[in-house]
Formats: sequence, C-alpha cells, structure tokens
Amino acid sequence: MIEMNKTNNNSKKSRFQIVWRRLKKNKMAMLGLYVIILMIIISALAPYLAPYDYDRQDYNAVLAGPCQEHKLGTDEFGRDILSRLLYGAKYSFEFGIVAVAVGAAIGLFLGSIAGFFGGRIDNIIMRFLDIYQSVPMMVMAIALTASMGSGMRSAVIAIGISTMPIYARLIRGSLLEIRGMEYIEAATAINASKMRILLRHMIPNAISPVIVTLTMSVGLNVLAGASLSFVGLGAQQPLPEWGAMLSAGRGFMRDYPRLVIFPGILIMILVLAFNMFGDGLRDALDPRQN
Amino acid sequence: MSSMLKFIIKRVLWVIPVIICVSILIFTIMYLTPGDPVLQIVGTNSTPEQLAAVRSELGLDQPYLIQLKNYLINTFIRFDFGTSWMTNQSVLAQIQARLPYTLLIGLLSVLVAIAVGIPLGIMAATNQYNWKDSLAIFLSLFCVSMPQFWFALILVVVFAVQLGVLPAVGIRTWTGYVLPVISTAVGAIANIARQTRSSMLEVISQDYITTARAKGQKERNVIYRHALRNALNPIITIVGGIVAGVLGGTMVTEQIFSIPGIGSYLLTAVSARDYPVIRGSVLVISVMFCICMLLVDILYVIVNPRMASELR
Repeated sequence: MIEMNKTNNNSKKSRFQIVWRRLKKNKMAMLGLYVIILMIIISALAPYLAPYDYDRQDYNAVLAGPCQEHKLGTDEFGRDILSRLLYGAKYSFEFGIVAVAVGAAIGLFLGSIAGFFGGRIDNIIMRFLDIYQSVPMMVMAIALTASMGSGMRSAVIAIGISTMPIYARLIRGSLLEIRGMEYIEAATAINASKMRILLRHMIPNAISPVIVTLTMSVGLNVLAGASLSFVGLGAQQPLPEWGAMLSAGRGFMRDYPRLVIFPGILIMILVLAFNMFGDGLRDALDPRQN
Repeated sequence: MSSMLKFIIKRVLWVIPVIICVSILIFTIMYLTPGDPVLQIVGTNSTPEQLAAVRSELGLDQPYLIQLKNYLINTFIRFDFGTSWMTNQSVLAQIQARLPYTLLIGLLSVLVAIAVGIPLGIMAATNQYNWKDSLAIFLSLFCVSMPQFWFALILVVVFAVQLGVLPAVGIRTWTGYVLPVISTAVGAIANIARQTRSSMLEVISQDYITTARAKGQKERNVIYRHALRNALNPIITIVGGIVAGVLGGTMVTEQIFSIPGIGSYLLTAVSARDYPVIRGSVLVISVMFCICMLLVDILYVIVNPRMASELR
C-alpha cells in the first residue's frame, strides 16, 4: 500500500513537472506569469509602495501634471494617480479571482452532477443552462447587479453567477466523455462508491481543460468588472478600481487624456498576462492541441 | 420530411419556451431583489400609507405567482410591457423607438468582425511562423485583452477631439456609426481571427488540400474553396459567443456615444431600479440573441447537412 502511494505521488509530481517544463519553454506564457506575479506583489504591497493614500485629496494640486511630488499627476480631486493605480490592482484581482471562484463553485457543481448522473438530471440541468445562456452574459450581470444594488461586492457576485454556465458545460462535457472509459468501468466493477468514482477518478481526469478556462476567465472577468464599474454599477467612488477611475476620468479626457490612458493600459496588461499564461497553459497541458 | 427541415422546425419551436422561461427567470430575479423599489419611486420621506397605496397600485402587494401570471399575460398575450415607473412612458413604445439603433450597431459590428476577422485569420494561417502571422497573433491577443470602453474613449480622443473628422457623440448621420461600430467590433474581430487561424491550420495540413494543390488549383482557390469551407464549422460555432459579446458591448458603447438604444435605456433603468424597463429591455435583448443563435444553428446545418440528423 505504501509502495502504491509512493508511486502515485511520484507520478503526480512528474505530471506537474512535465507540464511545468513545457510551460517554461513558452516565453509568452512565462512573461504572462511574471506579470501576474508582479501585479500580485503590487496589490499586496500597495500601502507600502504608494506615495500617498488612494483617497488623500490635495486641493493645491487639482489635475496637476506629472511632477516630483506626483509622478503621474493628480485627478480632479487632487488625488495622486500613481497611488490610486497601485491600490487599484487589488480590486481588479478581486473581480478576476473571486468572480471566477463564485462562478466555478456553482458551475462545476451543476456540471458535475449533470455529467456524472446523465439521463434526466443531465437533461434538466442542460435545459436550465440553455435558458440561462439565452441572456447574454453582460446583460445577465447587469440585471443581477440591478437586483443586488450597485457596488463592488454585488458586481463580483453578479459576474460570477452570470459566467457559471461556461464551467458547468465544460466539466459536464469532459465527464460524459470519461464516463465511458474502461478505468471507470473497472472502478465500478470493484464496487467503488459513486462519490469516490466522481472525486477520485473522474474529476482529476477532467480537470485540465477546466484549469485553462479558469485562467482565461480571470482575464475576462477583470474586463467585465471594469466594464460594470465604468457604467457605474461596480466599484463606487472613492475606490480606485481601474474601470471606475476610467469612468471618472472620462469627463476630463479632452484636456487630461492621461486620466483614462493609464488605468486602461493597466487593465490591458493584466488581461493580456492572463490570456498569454492561459494560452501557454493550454498548450502545456494538452500538447496535441498545439 | 427531410431531417434538415425537421431540425429547423424543432429549433424554431424551441425558441418559444426558452423566451417564456427567460422572462420568468428575469421576473424572479427582480422579485427576489432585497429592498423596496417603491421607496425609490415615492422617496424616503413618504408615509407608510403612501407606500402601501403605490405598492397596491403597481400590484406589488400581491403574491409571487399572481404577479408572475399577470406579468406573463401582459407580456405575451397583450404585448404590454407596462409603463416606466420613473417616466410613466410605455416601455414597448420606448423599446420600439430604440431597437433600430441597437440592431444596426450590433449587426454592423458582427459583419465588420466577420469581414475583417476571417481574412486576418487566413493571412496568419497561410503565413505561419513569419512576420505576418506573428503580427496577426499579437494584434488579436492585444485586441482581446483591451477594455472595449477604453478603446472607444481613445478613438473619441483621436478621431473626434484631435483630428475632428468624426463626431464624438450622437448618430445624426452615418459618420456617427463609425466609432461605435469599430469599438464594439474590435474584440469580436480578434476572437474570429484567432479561431480562423487555428481551424485553418488544422485543415491546411490535410491530404485533400495537398491533392487540390497537386491538381494545379490556384492557391486562392485552394484556400477559399477547399480549406476555408472545411474550416468554417468551428468559426460558425463561436459566432454565437460573438453575438452575445457584441450585444453586451453595445450597452457600454451606447452609453459612451450617447446613442438612444436599448442598452442605454437598460443602464438608466438599472440605476433607478425601474423594473418594467429592466424586464422589457432584457427580454428584448434575449429575443434578439435567441433569433441570432437560431440563425447560427440553421447556418450550421446548411453548411453541414450531416449534423441535422445528429442534432435532432
């Protein structure tokens, strides 16, 4: 038994190592990963890195250009743009990661039930998802935010719930494929419980495409969150969320385009990093698709 | 009856229950909303009697099932979406006036995305590993990652403020559509280009393409008549997602360019918690989306007649 566990651990380790080795060769993916790590560090250390508090107002320097005190200038309330951008990274990650976690928790649960049991349960869940997906994702997110009230938390939950069918369909498709495999038949033959078959044999084998989609979804959710903040339904003032900063800077963009250029570039860099890393991860997990 | 016709009829009929269920879903989400929408209408200084009177007038004091029944009868039998709680205008009349703008921007954006995205993907696939491919990959990755509303603002700064060649807001003439359509289509162009590239690369390496070339077919014929036709399936499949993205995108575009479409109507209603407007707008957008998906599915079986019997 101990021998078997050892072999199991080794094979797990080597699978991870194989994927990591493939990933390391992909320069774009690694660049994406480094940018993501850098952004995480920035969001964690923002209070130490930022020269000012994100809501500190300096009425003597309203809409000031880049200078010694304010490296990227100030906004319409005299708040330091650099400090707000540094603090803002945290909120973009919140949109990306928490919304993915909410959507994945619901979607993977529903999809696993549908894919594992099949038949009528699968049919009911899939018809529900058909109906759910008849409302475009962004419109569903707006409707959900309308029902929960504007704000960062509502927007994160709304994006998570509205993207749930993506994960449900993905895991269901993979599980349905795996259900017919011989090793599942073998597990059933030795009287393994349904729960054990699902958790120990089916989900680990169906998880690769899910990991790739989760990574890509972080980027998409950052964009969706920024869009909701931009239309006034996500983060509210004075939170320095990048979408909300863009929305506030919009009124001044004619004379002070930097108010919209900087937050936009940062959103793009973060999303680009997740997309590059996701692309690389997909190739590393399934080189046949290359 | 041919299997294709049976599939199309079944698919068309399926739209009806979907639309009814979508309206139930949206109604239920709004019903379960915490907080009292009546407070928003009459103000926080109103007396409990005033609140009760307005609630009773709007039918909000009735049980869920009665409210739902009334809503469904009004929407699907009387074609009455109710009146806006804020402006007292008919929601249906407002939607009818606004629908053409949203439809036109959405349609033009999808067409532009297809017209630019497919050739871009083909260019990348037929020039694999050279600079044209790298440029197309980089451009599409860049566009997929760019916030659409940010791109719209940059377009306004460059073309309306700096160069002054296109209007920044409004759609009085055709020039007013240029920036909204480009900014809505940019993400879709990138998605279609990426998908076209990968499906073309898969098809180009097949034996029948080598055969077509060996027969002495012109390269243009090989690419467009042999390869692209066979690479179309996955591209058609993602058009559904593209339409959803474009419809979602028009919400933001309409707000940026002050276009009086359904998107801006919905966003204004959301801030005011104007439920009849939210329900009506979401329902109409969903109907538009369902019709697009229906057309995509029909196109799919026309391109692959074998699929009709499988999908059925």
